[in-house]
Amino acid sequence: MASLIVVLVYLGLLLGLGAWSRRFFRGTSRDFFVASHSIGPFLLLMSVFGTTMTAFALVGSTGKAFERGIGVYGLMASMSGLVHAAVFFFIGMRLWAIGKRNAFVTQVQFFRARFGSASIGYVLFPVLVLLMIPYLLIGIVGAGKTLLPVTAGALPGLFPNPETPQWVGGIPEWLTGLVVCGVAFSYVFLGGSRGAAWANTFQTLVFMAMGVLAFFLIARSLGGFRQATELSARFNLEGFLVQTHRYDSEAGVLRENDPPKVIGKYAGEAAEVAGRRPLLARKPTSVELYDQDAATGEETRFSRQYGIGKWMFFSYLFIPLSAGMFPHLFQHWLTARSAKSFRLTFVAHPLCILAVWVPCVLIGTWATGILPPLESSKVSAVLGTMVSTLVGSPLLSGLLTAGILAAIMSSLDSQFLSLGTMFTNDVVLQAAGPRRFSDREILRIARGFVLGVVVIAYLLSRIVPQNIFDLAVWCFTGFSALTPLVIGSLYWRRTTLAGAYASIAVGMLSLFYFFYKSGYGGEYAIGPGIVPAAVCVLAAGVALVTVSLWTKPPDNEILAKFFPSK
Amino acid sequence: MSKSAIVFLACLALLVLHQDVWFWDDDQTLLLGFLPVGLAYHAVYSVVVAVFWRWASGFAWPKELEESAEDSSEDSKRI
Repeated sequence: MASLIVVLVYLGLLLGLGAWSRRFFRGTSRDFFVASHSIGPFLLLMSVFGTTMTAFALVGSTGKAFERGIGVYGLMASMSGLVHAAVFFFIGMRLWAIGKRNAFVTQVQFFRARFGSASIGYVLFPVLVLLMIPYLLIGIVGAGKTLLPVTAGALPGLFPNPETPQWVGGIPEWLTGLVVCGVAFSYVFLGGSRGAAWANTFQTLVFMAMGVLAFFLIARSLGGFRQATELSARFNLEGFLVQTHRYDSEAGVLRENDPPKVIGKYAGEAAEVAGRRPLLARKPTSVELYDQDAATGEETRFSRQYGIGKWMFFSYLFIPLSAGMFPHLFQHWLTARSAKSFRLTFVAHPLCILAVWVPCVLIGTWATGILPPLESSKVSAVLGTMVSTLVGSPLLSGLLTAGILAAIMSSLDSQFLSLGTMFTNDVVLQAAGPRRFSDREILRIARGFVLGVVVIAYLLSRIVPQNIFDLAVWCFTGFSALTPLVIGSLYWRRTTLAGAYASIAVGMLSLFYFFYKSGYGGEYAIGPGIVPAAVCVLAAGVALVTVSLWTKPPDNEILAKFFPSK
Repeated sequence: MSKSAIVFLACLALLVLHQDVWFWDDDQTLLLGFLPVGLAYHAVYSVVVAVFWRWASGFAWPKELEESAEDSSEDSKRI
């Protein structure tokens, strides 16, 4: 119950911050959409970082490290530190300058002006919305999955949770999603882009601090960092995967398993893996895992590959390219007061990623020595379970949960705002003409659309049972496939409207082909382990160049607006 | 060669350094007694990336972008 109260207090503080930010709201649609370009370096860093880190970074990374091991950090985090900063430098700053000069608030406005065509907006708009929706859903679903185990036992009379008897009394996922959506909507509604930037800053500081706190507290419960790493599942001489210890929640102590508990078996010769700890390296290792249902005693067996192949590790670099086409990130870039505001973000973004991901990846590998093997659809619960099992204090458990929710909501708010902004500017104002509505009416329309987006996203979150990490990767793949379009538009004068259409079409067709091949949402790799994003990006890039060269060059009059130095 | 192109080439060099095949199979070496070497390498790599961007943002700062952004007419502030 104490955990629940802490979370409720945190949400109340957030609402208070939203109400306070309204005092600084200038009452214009420009202030609502891009905070009148007034955001300085620190707020920009925090809001951009908070926006790119979501349930994906905390809940997903811990779960993925539980499934794959330490390679997850290099796969996504250290690569993102380099690629995201490069995207901010080569794409973000340039879009900020063009957007500020031309009063753009959405990507679609930029592309319409760049190609002198309204119709490209009607093609790009639904593509961006369709890609954004899954990204939104992982936040809502992730919040529910996190809070359920942490609040287990709080309100057994109210929430018997027959479908998840191990977490009786915990806040059900539908309610968490509803509350999280409601709170994020409230401060976006009140303060617009500035409210989101302030809330993101507060939430980013909270989730970074709480992540570090969780790391230290979990390590302490496991007997220190050294012992915690030693606990990760290992192979014995017979090739069985074993846990040498277990955590006694009642007594709050670690106890030795004598003999070690068998949780799986290596698929090849025992001698190849004897004594190895597969989660602490990246060499691909196939195992069959045994999971016993705590309630029924029934054992299920499933296969898993620990580690990461070298092709997958390399080709993953195409995934963080997606940041170049995130609509909500575009909007955050436009809030910057000046180009200098970006400087801190370039430098500190990789360090902030380091501070959040290393603890999560380690917690995920430690969990393999404590928790039973979980199927892919359940690994999202690893972080929440580790916190509730190992951090004895309900107060601290509540604080850590608030930190996880902070990470999730700091992305959700920007996504709500961004979609509302797009519907208002790219559809309504585009169709009605620039002088049809007063500024006050535009503001009202934008807020109405934000509400509509929140309601639809929440309802959709109730019908998507996918592993949130895999869902995110498909969404990122789609945005990555659009990156050649923005790079070509910014750096290659010869990029034509037909080339842009071809790039979008080829990128999306290849995405849907691989999505279909994956069974609509599972993990999928091509050939030796290449991620689909690599093929989608390259195919979209080739289509853009080839068709652009075949078609008539763009008008110099239009190009002069985007390449003024030439 | 422009300064931006030099930064881009340096990014490609960092991409090569990201592929640390030499630590791929090592599950025994623990730095500070708890940090697997494959993870420690990439943690240090993140710090190197931050230092790199500190250098790049000074070396190849696009002054012309700042100037062009300020060149916005009153008419463009309609929204």
